[in-house]
Amino acid sequence: MIEFLQKPWPWYVAGPMIGLIVPILLLIGNKTFGISSSMRHICAACIPANVPFFKYDWKKEVWNLFFVGGIVLGSFFAASFLPNPEPIQIHPRLVEELAGYGVNDINGLVPEQLFNWQALFTLKGFLLMIVGGFMVGFGTRYAGGCTSGHSIMGLSNLQGPSLVATIAFMVGGFLMTNLILPFILKL
Amino acid sequence: MNNLNTTEDQHHQFLEQNPDFEMRSLDAVCFNESELKHPWWYNFKYALVGLLFGVVFVKAEIVSWYRIQEMFKLQSFHMYGVIGSAVTVGLISVFLIKKFNIKTIYGEPIEFVKKQFSISQIYGGLLFGLGWALTGACPGPLYALVGSGAVVVLVVLLSAIAGTWVYGKIRERLPH
Repeated sequence: MIEFLQKPWPWYVAGPMIGLIVPILLLIGNKTFGISSSMRHICAACIPANVPFFKYDWKKEVWNLFFVGGIVLGSFFAASFLPNPEPIQIHPRLVEELAGYGVNDINGLVPEQLFNWQALFTLKGFLLMIVGGFMVGFGTRYAGGCTSGHSIMGLSNLQGPSLVATIAFMVGGFLMTNLILPFILKL
Repeated sequence: MNNLNTTEDQHHQFLEQNPDFEMRSLDAVCFNESELKHPWWYNFKYALVGLLFGVVFVKAEIVSWYRIQEMFKLQSFHMYGVIGSAVTVGLISVFLIKKFNIKTIYGEPIEFVKKQFSISQIYGGLLFGLGWALTGACPGPLYALVGSGAVVVLVVLLSAIAGTWVYGKIRERLPH
């Protein structure tokens, strides 16, 4: 059983479990599934700075902060007690391509050669971590949701605007990975 | 407050009178839609759901930078399978809740708020997509990566919070 849990979980186990979060949150307290809003609540709680967008009763939304707190704990638990015993499986073409950029340590969930504290002070690391993070925060709020709020919750509820947003997410991702990222990794 | 026959009508009126209603339909996707006031520790049930979510994130490698690159290079079906099957289960659940008028465990009716079309879904969506492929993480995985021990991702998360703040600051000057 433990061995089974330690192996990477297939999509047909993980996907339905994520999908079930939609009805669970609705049934246990009328909450709609979404994660990026938590960052807005953090802004409202810590640095509202008289910005109207952050002047609301964030304490009413505190459930969302408990939810993301749970994500942090759950991932800590999984990484500590259910570590994958085998090396991570990555498509050979991606391995080869990354090696071409000097990224050959492909263990773990993120390439440590790209995401580390020293890299923060290089142009490549700055673009990957600071600029990338900024775009995630700015973009999700501008779009009104992220992969969970739009792509999973919104599509589950047949919302046209969520379909538009999801298509835009994918277009942006394809552009970055295939056209822009190669130049950044060459830096 | 006239002639409210059903609890559904009452709950609908609560949603419309809620000052956050317009903001919610335009923006924040996950606003509290319950009228009930519970002690704060009731929120631990959401932490429990989050905990399960965090385990799935890590064990199914949804938080892996490599899986996201494979998705956008069409080198792996994994992420498409995860998102596709999650939406399928979500669709069926929402359909069943609507069809059988299923209520929450506290007996409250469940009403879904319609989202409005806006150009912001395209501009913001593209911007998020670019950032998603750069960092290899959407907001959920950012939290999960920090928890899984990739502590440097905390910087990415803080930068995302800064991005959210700057959006709020200049919101009125952006096309919506």
